[in-house]
Formats: sequence, C-alpha cells, structure tokens
Amino acid sequence: MKKSIGLALCLSATLGAQSASRRELVWGGDAEGGAPFVEADPADPSRVRGFDVEIAERIARALGRQAARFVQVQWSSIDQSVERGDFTLGLSGVEDTPVRRARHAVTIPYFEFREVLAVRPEDAGRIHGLADLRGRRVATLGATMAYDMLVAARDSTGLIPLSYDDDVHPYADLVAGRVDAVLLDHIIAQRALRRAGGSGRGFVILAQPVALGHYVGVLARADSVLRDSVDAVLREAMRDGTLEQIFRRWNVWDQSQGALFERVLRIGRAAKAAGAPTSFQIVAYLPSLARAAAVTLLVSILSMALAVIVGLALASARVYGPGWLRVATTLYVELIRGTPLLLQLFVIYYGLAGVVRLPAFLAAVLALGLNYAAYEAEIYRGALDAVPRSQLEAARTLGLSELQILRLVRGPQALRFALAPMTNDFVALLKDSSLVSVITVVELTKQTAIYATNIGSWVIPGALCAAVYLAMSLPLARLARRLERRWRPAA
Amino acid sequence: MSALLVIDRLSVRYDSRDVLRALSLEVARGEIVALMGPSGVGKSTALRAVAALQPFDDGRIVVDGFALAPGPVPPESRLVPLRRRVGLVFQAHALFAHLTALDNVTLALRHVLGQTRSLAETVATQLLASLEVGSRASAWPSQLSGGEAQRVAIARALAPNPPLLLMDEPTAALDPARRTALGTTLRHLSEQGRGLLIATHDTEFARGHADRVVQLTV
Repeated sequence: MKKSIGLALCLSATLGAQSASRRELVWGGDAEGGAPFVEADPADPSRVRGFDVEIAERIARALGRQAARFVQVQWSSIDQSVERGDFTLGLSGVEDTPVRRARHAVTIPYFEFREVLAVRPEDAGRIHGLADLRGRRVATLGATMAYDMLVAARDSTGLIPLSYDDDVHPYADLVAGRVDAVLLDHIIAQRALRRAGGSGRGFVILAQPVALGHYVGVLARADSVLRDSVDAVLREAMRDGTLEQIFRRWNVWDQSQGALFERVLRIGRAAKAAGAPTSFQIVAYLPSLARAAAVTLLVSILSMALAVIVGLALASARVYGPGWLRVATTLYVELIRGTPLLLQLFVIYYGLAGVVRLPAFLAAVLALGLNYAAYEAEIYRGALDAVPRSQLEAARTLGLSELQILRLVRGPQALRFALAPMTNDFVALLKDSSLVSVITVVELTKQTAIYATNIGSWVIPGALCAAVYLAMSLPLARLARRLERRWRPAA
Repeated sequence: MSALLVIDRLSVRYDSRDVLRALSLEVARGEIVALMGPSGVGKSTALRAVAALQPFDDGRIVVDGFALAPGPVPPESRLVPLRRRVGLVFQAHALFAHLTALDNVTLALRHVLGQTRSLAETVATQLLASLEVGSRASAWPSQLSGGEAQRVAIARALAPNPPLLLMDEPTAALDPARRTALGTTLRHLSEQGRGLLIATHDTEFARGHADRVVQLTV
C-alpha cells in the first residue's frame, strides 16, 4: 500500500515536471557573448536581454508557452547541451553550418551576418582580404565558421590562425600589435569598435565582407517536429514585421535582412551555406591533431627545460644562499604553488601586456616553466639534502672545494634522487600544457575541442586525444619507474 | 726528527659534556699508532678533529707544520695545506656511489692536483693494483665486497699522496684472514714513510700490527 502511494507520488511529480516544461520554453545561450545577442540585464542581472532573448520570447508565446526560461551554456557547447536535453532550443548567434544541419534539427536562418576583417588603421590600405594576410596572425573565436575559414586559408594563403575563447581579447591584441587582423561577425566587430571609442582609433573594419553567414536556432535531432513549428513562427515573424522590429530595437537591422527574409519566405526551406566542406572524416583531422600534439610536446619540453634551470637556481639559493635569499626563494615557491596556474597564465599574457607584449607561445612557455620551477626547486632541495653527509665529508677530506663538491659529488648524486620525481612532473606538465589554450596557443586538447565541436561529438575526438596523450606519457611513466628501481639509494 | 702529527691536550665538548678531555699523542713518519678504547670514548671524534671535519674546544693539532686552533672549522679555502697532508678512510668507506672504483680514486688526482685523465688513471690503476683490487677498477661501489670497498677507500685516500693516513675502525667488517692482510698493507704503507693513526677497539689487531697503542679511557 505504502509502495503504491509512493509510486503515485513519484508519477505525479514526474508528470508535474513534464507539464511544467510544456508551460515554458527552456532555451539556452551564452550571456558571455553579450549584447546585442544575449546579455545580463544591467538593471536586473538575474535577467537576460538581447535580440536572441526577444526572439526566444516571441517563439515561446507563439507556441503557447507561458514563459521562456533561459539556461546559461558555454557558446561552443550549445550543440552538445541541446542534444543532452539541457534545454529545447539553442539561440545565441548560432551559425548555420552543414555539419550542424547534419547532426541536429536546425531552424530556418533568421539573420544574415557578414564575416568582416578588422585591421589596424595603418594596414587598411594594404589589406583587402585574407589573401593579403600571408604570414600574418589573424585572430578569431574558436569553433566558429570564421575559424574554419582561417584554417582553410592557412593552407591556401599561409596566414596564421589564432583562436580565442572570447571576442574581447582578439581586438585588444589587434590594437596591441599581437595580431594583425581579426575575422569575426560584423555585429561583434562593430560592438568592439564602439567599445574602442570609434573608427580610426586602434583599428578599422574593412567594408568588403570575407563571407556571409546566417544565425539559426538549434534543436535536438529528435525534435524535428518542434523545429518545424519554430520555423513556422519565425516565418510568421518575418512576414508580420515583428522580427524586423526586434532587430531595429537592437540596431542590427539592415537591407540584407529584408533580402534574407524574402528569400526564406520564397524558398520555404533554408538554403545551405555555400563553400563549407560537407564531409568530416577523421582522416581530415589527423594532420591538425598531429600538429597540435607537436605543439603540446614542444611547449612541454621547453617549459620543462626552463623549469629545470630556474628550479636548480632556486634550490641552490635555498640550500647554499644567505638568509635573505632563502626567504625570497621560499616566498617565490609558496606564491607559485599557492595560486592557480591559470591565473599565472593570464597575468603573464594579459596582465604584463602593458609592460612587455610577449608572444602567446613564449608567454605559455614562461608561465608553465616558472610555475613548474617552484615544484622542481622543492624536488632538488630534497634531493640535495638526501645526499649522505659522509659523502660530502669524504669529498672535503680529498681537498675538493665547495663548488667542486656540488658539481662532482653532491649534484650528480642528487640527480639520481631527483630523476624519477622529475619524470613524473614532466608527465603532469604534458597534461597541464592544455591550459595554455586560454592564451590562444592551439595545442592538443584545444584542437580536439575544435574537432569535437565541428563534428558535434566528443566520442572519437576524445578517444583520439586520450590516445595521443597516453602515447606521450606512458613511456615516460615507465622510464620513471625504471629510474626509481635502478637508482634507488644503496642501503 | 719532529713528529708528523702532534695532538696536544685536545678537548671536545658536546652540550657541555666532555667527549675528549686533554688527549695528547704524537705520530712519527713510518709509525703506526693505534688509538684504542671502548665505543663512545671519542676515537672517531679525535680523527675527525685532525681531518678538520669538526671543531674542537681546547688544545692544538699540528700536522707536518700546519696548525689547527680551537673554534669553528675554517673554510675549505684555508684548509688546502691540511688536505694535502691528511688522508682519511671512513669506517663505512663512504665511496662515491655514482663513480666506479677507478673514478673514486682519480677524482682528487684530476680535480685537486690537476692531473690529466690519462695520467690520473695510470696512477690510480697502479694504486688499486698495489692494494690487490686492480681487477675491480670498473666496478661500482655497490658491487664491491666489504674488504674490496675498504681497499678502494684506502686507495682513494692515498691518491693525493698524503704523509698522514687516518683510519676509523678498519677491521670492523673484516674476517680474521682479511685482518692479517690489512695489517700487512698498513705495514707496507708505513715502510713508505707514512704515519698512520688507526682508531680501533680491536685489541688483537692493535697489538699485532701497531708500533704503539694509545689507550683512551672514559
């Protein structure tokens, strides 16, 4: 009896939740993307506003839902989240791409954007398109159409694509001279220009667009019936002018939107974006994954070399130095070990930009190297202390100087104690090097994320990425174990 | 002839406890002196003081004209003459674990005396051969038996050719046959004109092989 009551309660709760979800439209977007798409309302930061917000509300009303509930999701994860069922409709400057169409239920396009180039004013006369950017560094958001275009252009024109996780720093780095151009949607470019205080100061936007693209809504593949309803709502909004009003309110209306509406209403079904590749095979990604793996390995090796050199200096200072130097090195070690590596990366790359503008790769090596130096220093200090006193005394009675003792006896013996933990640290460094993608270095993990976003699945890219990491770290772990066995201090 | 080593009223205190009180002894060239006494009586401390590995509180130590005074151990840069005069063989040998037997012996030849590698290796090979461990030159310390390790340690201490050799409990890890062999080796070294000061609690060895026995009491 009790059981059946419990079951009934459980059932009614489930049904209640279902009817609640019918009453509201749950939609997802990235408020970090900001205005005019979706942004936190300055008057009430618990609410969002923007043209995508108003479109979502319009769709919810037309579908007979009482409300549109917003779910925050990282922009590059919208596809995966909508398939997982985190929300019903993804709407946040989502681009119309063949892959997205193949993998999910995608609405008709509701906005046409232009991929535009931003350059420094002095370059505006020389640069007119991607073809003029041979050997130059061009920034954009990762996992976007623009990024795919830059990667394609890398092979054809030899430019250097740089991927960012947000759309503010590409323009900041353009002004700072770290990159030579930024390729992004015209809405984002114009917003950045307003933020920078108008044209001519810092950078200009080239009038000629590099490509055209469309914003769409994305639903789970199984939701194609609902998608058709959303399409009907969008068409109606195009016909009755509500969509135009929304865009005008957010100052993004132009003639090309009117032309888009006409085309969409005439054809009935959306035209496919042209020019993008239609088949995504694993093989096509292998070269870029291999390149990214090489970046990971190079960053790790250079960082470790720096960590060893600085770590040795720190350890020597802590073992041999005068009191004040020991205090200073202890402070360094504790400061570095006590704060996140991610923070240190940001400080070195962005924080120091006013003093010295380090290239991203150098900043990555510096941050990782200086971070790991603190850990290495502790290993070396422990190893130096572990060399038996009798060995040092024997060296003294032979007449070796302190420096000779360090170089010929203490150092080599300490190295034996240090090698195994150093190898372990290097394995950890290999994996920590994935953090440097936040300062635009595309390494293995970042490349995998881009790959996964492109094909809309993490299964194969994730397995491939794991295999590459393991191929690098397992031999090292084996080496560490062997070193440990072979050079275990004699009893 | 003046003594090679003069220890004059040597006193060492740890935490106001007397470890050595007014020890006096002399070692002449060509002489083997055994420093006898039960464990903890300060035999090793006396050797370590002579080798300037530890400070002493009172008295005086003179090695072939080089004097050590009470107080902290001077920096190595001021101990160069002493290092040329004194060799020390540790009780546990303390061979450098990362170097072969040969390299243990050549280390001081090359880096203190500045000999070339080939000259140092020739000298070291002869030295090892004279101590009957010539065949073990390429072995690592961990591969040597107790007796072999001791001979290599003696060779290492003798390499810079010091007139005075200190040995701490040399018979501790040796079987009776090896003890006799060691005694023969020491006699051979003294006949070359070296002075030897041997800290030991092995009465039989001291009586059998030393020219003189200095007894330390608690």
